[in-house]
Amino acid sequence: MRVISGTVPRWVDVGLIPFINILLAFLASGLIILLIGEDPIEAVRILIWGAFGTEEGIGYTLYYTTNFIFTGLAVAVAFHAGLFNIGGEGQAYIGGLGVGLALLLFDNSLPFILILPISIAASALFGAAWAYIPAYLQAYRGSHIVITTIMFNFIASALMVYLLVNVLIQPGQMSPESREFAQSAWLPFMHEAFAWFGVEITRSPLNLSIFWALVCCVLIWGFIWRTRWGYEIRTVGFNETAAVYAGINPKKIVILAMCVSGGLAGFVGLNEVLGVHHRLLLNFQLGYGFAGIAVSLMGRNHPVGIIFASLLFGTLYQGGAELSFDMPKVTREMVEVVQGLVILFSGALALMIKPTVERIYFILASAAARRASAAEG
Amino acid sequence: MTAIELRGINKSFGPVHANKNVALAIDKGTIHGIIGENGAGKSTLMSILYGFYEADSGDILINGQATKIRGSHEAIAAGIGMVHQHFMLVDPFTVLENVMLGAEGGALLDKGIDTAREELERLEREYGLDVPVDALAGELPVGLQQRVEILKALYRGAEILILDEPTGVLTPQETDQLFRILKALKDQGVTVILITHKLQEIMAVTDGVSVMRGGEMVAHRTTSETSKEELAELMVGRKVLLKVDKYEAQVGETALKVEGLSVIDSDGVPRLDNVSLTVRRGEIVGIAGVSGNGQSELLEALSGIVAPSKGRIELNGTVITRESHLDAREFRDLGVAHVPEDRHRMGLVTAFTADESAILGYHRNKAYNGSILMDRKAIVEDCAGKMAAFDVRPPTPSLKSANFSGGNQQKIVLAREMARKPDVLLVGQPTRGVDIGAIEYIHKNLVSMRDAGAAVLMVSVELEEIMSLSDRILVMFEGRIVGEVAPKDADERLLGLMMANAAPDAQEAAPASGTAPASTGAEL
Amino acid sequence: MDEFFVLLVSTLDATIRVATPLVLASLAGLYAERSGVIDIGLEGKMLASAFAAASAAYVMNSAWMGLLGGIGISVVLALVHGFACITHRGNQVVSGVAINILVAGLTVTLGIAWFSRGGQTPALTNDARFSPLIWPGAEALTGVPVIGALYSEIISGHNLLVYVAYLAVPLTWWVVYRTRFGLRLRAVGENPSAVDTAGISVTALRYQAMMCCGLLCGIAGTYLSTAQNAAFVKNMTAGQGFIALAAMIFGKWRPVPAMLACLLFGFLDAVANRIQGVKMPVVGEIPVQLIQALPYILTVILLAGFIGKAVAPKASGIPYVKER
Repeated sequence: MRVISGTVPRWVDVGLIPFINILLAFLASGLIILLIGEDPIEAVRILIWGAFGTEEGIGYTLYYTTNFIFTGLAVAVAFHAGLFNIGGEGQAYIGGLGVGLALLLFDNSLPFILILPISIAASALFGAAWAYIPAYLQAYRGSHIVITTIMFNFIASALMVYLLVNVLIQPGQMSPESREFAQSAWLPFMHEAFAWFGVEITRSPLNLSIFWALVCCVLIWGFIWRTRWGYEIRTVGFNETAAVYAGINPKKIVILAMCVSGGLAGFVGLNEVLGVHHRLLLNFQLGYGFAGIAVSLMGRNHPVGIIFASLLFGTLYQGGAELSFDMPKVTREMVEVVQGLVILFSGALALMIKPTVERIYFILASAAARRASAAEG
Repeated sequence: MTAIELRGINKSFGPVHANKNVALAIDKGTIHGIIGENGAGKSTLMSILYGFYEADSGDILINGQATKIRGSHEAIAAGIGMVHQHFMLVDPFTVLENVMLGAEGGALLDKGIDTAREELERLEREYGLDVPVDALAGELPVGLQQRVEILKALYRGAEILILDEPTGVLTPQETDQLFRILKALKDQGVTVILITHKLQEIMAVTDGVSVMRGGEMVAHRTTSETSKEELAELMVGRKVLLKVDKYEAQVGETALKVEGLSVIDSDGVPRLDNVSLTVRRGEIVGIAGVSGNGQSELLEALSGIVAPSKGRIELNGTVITRESHLDAREFRDLGVAHVPEDRHRMGLVTAFTADESAILGYHRNKAYNGSILMDRKAIVEDCAGKMAAFDVRPPTPSLKSANFSGGNQQKIVLAREMARKPDVLLVGQPTRGVDIGAIEYIHKNLVSMRDAGAAVLMVSVELEEIMSLSDRILVMFEGRIVGEVAPKDADERLLGLMMANAAPDAQEAAPASGTAPASTGAEL
Repeated sequence: MDEFFVLLVSTLDATIRVATPLVLASLAGLYAERSGVIDIGLEGKMLASAFAAASAAYVMNSAWMGLLGGIGISVVLALVHGFACITHRGNQVVSGVAINILVAGLTVTLGIAWFSRGGQTPALTNDARFSPLIWPGAEALTGVPVIGALYSEIISGHNLLVYVAYLAVPLTWWVVYRTRFGLRLRAVGENPSAVDTAGISVTALRYQAMMCCGLLCGIAGTYLSTAQNAAFVKNMTAGQGFIALAAMIFGKWRPVPAMLACLLFGFLDAVANRIQGVKMPVVGEIPVQLIQALPYILTVILLAGFIGKAVAPKASGIPYVKER
């Protein structure tokens, strides 16, 4: 194998450098905790206890993880097509609307065995529809998808407020929420599912949608790396000219990738609306769409990486909530700080340390080579 | 007096030695031409002069003074102006604003605008450089845009003006006007350096000429004492012909017929102008020409990447026009295979593994697909088979495409495109950036494709490749086919002249030999 | 009629106040994007400066120190954005998102750590706020019909930062179209190669633009927490940075039209608050959310080329790589 001179081995490029970037983000986070007068090491200990120390804690951690997997996958699919979908918030919101409408229509008339596929389809379809419009405008009208998806987040938010305040609100109630769905239509909680097998665990919002999240990871892995559509998406993402050469229409791919992406974001609605709240309400999606960017960047746009990154952010979310009891100064918002720093170091500043790391690698490599030749001679 | 002198300039980019010990001296108030083929090192040299690159070694003397040029601002300060091949204009700015940019004459524009306007009027008078000063630069025709570039340089007090391939985008009339301007500049004492590959321009306007080849300065001549023939020979060089074993072509029926094909690019510039040609089964038709004369667009139009604006393509009897709206995959279905000129830009996806790159464009074929999932096993086996057949090293389908050497990447692309035994094979720069061993191998395969009955259309800037492989040679210039030659009658000198559109006898040089039909659309 | 006039005056007065931070932030975005750097971190910079301003103003009991703190942090964040996007050629959108999220978390975290009020800063009083300036004669003219009300309500009676914001519009126009810096700024966003070959540093120019951007965002944030309100409240920008971005696009990257777009969006907001629950003739009750979403909807329609054409500076979003 001929390696072009001046390139570092793969493990440095896809392993070491991203790792150092994340390390930098965590170091910066630790500094901030120091700055506000707390002990970062102690904070990490409490955080891990909070996330994994109790059954309830684990339940919450995995419940948050579920949402992160969905939005992380959503961002990743768009990334593979070279697109930046920062409309995950809106797509998740509207996806939830899809589930909610389906349930309000059918919860009393259909059995759960039908409710479930209908809900999955509705959340995907609504999320995809909300991504389709920006995608279409990008492909055929040349508007910048980043700006349009941002605008669509706000439009989704206004739409949901309108619908919940004026249309879907349960009559005779003050807070803008729909009526509760019939209990027969709820997606079972994990503690309920365990109870079927006689195992008792503590109640938590964790529900069966985490299995769907894992199924989605497998499906998306297959879709991106094992189907011709995924092949076309990656071709467009890497090299649009080569795609046209191969007879691939980049416009159609933009729309395909964004619809898949939007559908995945829509599944947040499944977890929240069908799995946890059992009614349509405001702001159940808040923050997950943007967090998906950090998850995807950290997971390097691969489902396996995304699962780990989601678990990490789930841990931070749950552990952060616990942390605020023991360290009143460190709250859930600290997790946002970590997210922001991860996006900054693994995303925007991804190339910053590359030259330095490469230089060090070559110095070490040539020193090793000299030692080896000295040993031979 | 010497306006500019270069001594021992060296510049390398990694392993590529772009300028080798270049020396040059140009007298003040003259027009000096620098000619050479693509990649001869002309642009690198001029970029060093204009401070885009710093030379690894060597000296630059301006008016006899050793001068360091570490950036464009220092080049400007030293009195050097440059008119780039791609204009450096801000489209939504007026001509006046474009000229002022970087030389505003103070923190506020008010005063500067008035002096700039006066100065521009003076320059326009002196050099005959009429330009509508308040028009938007982006709305001017290219000829006028170029004048704005010249005005920019003069406004900054340039005494040495470098023009990089200035006539590439101009009509003949605009070219004449440009030359008049250059002569006026010369009369005013400005030193002009003209970089070009067009011989007749050198003969028409320069006082002296230097020839570059392979990064070296190979000759300096006084224009009045040289000839196009001598320059063409110096430029191309005497190269040893690579021997390609091949028999006389066994020509069959016409597989590809092109009539009146024109392509206009997204900027509205005509790239292909009424091209007609035929390629028959069992022959290799080579297209010679300096790159950028429409060869790329020809290949792209024939493979469905760009839609023609006019004309028709007949492929195995199927007629394709602008209205057909066929994409590249549909062209492939009609029996066309295409080895693109630039494998990194188009031929493969460097981030893909070799097996993924080896199905690019064929990824929807049944052989590689189940009903939903792609058949990984078939794809990998197929790639391994191609690698074995084309001796790709290392024969590892899972290796990233970027990690193969140029020659092996090219073999992957060729293997992919030849595998389906296409009726028509389009090949662009088959051996660009490929090591010697692979060149021979690739050439052999192209000939065997021909012998198997494919119609091969090959574009190359390597004349020896054109001459040793082709059964017929067509020459392109500015989007048109300007001549046809039989390989046995062709040599570098003749082709060099034809490529510069400077051979009035090109048609005579192309007697209808046994292999050349009349239907090439070559009209001079 | 009289009632309508009073309503009109109060709506216009509210419009001016609501539009003030939008005007400042959209001008900030204008400097960044005109130089070729997309900045969706306007929101984050405003939020950070709102927090810093409220904190500094409270601690030092001085609105001016608040302003200094607000501007300081905003400029730092603008330079971080520049460091990522200009020096390291990072993705400009990713960097903007990072700054927004980072700030959203950091302001609350620091707020709780420093003030222990659930992320809010303590209420500011008197000297720690920018208070309304009453123009001479405003008192005397109140009795005069129409002109009196217009003068005392709309012209007079705003705080200093409001006037700064609306003066920043002609100033920006003058800088962009009448100075050397402005000429270079417009050029570098369209064709950085042209600037580079003219011997001007693209990097330096873009950093200068980011400083302007930071400065204006800093004033905008300071206005939110020390003038319009009397404390920092968690996520108090609530999307205004994005509305400002929309206004800048709506104004087609030009100062005066951007201001007009801000006023339009501010007017929509002021109207939305006043017609809530009011039955209109013919159309009936207009959903307030529709009016709130209108800036975003209009921007999408504009970007899609259905009303006029909004063409961004050609080089915006693309890191500059020197080519020969």
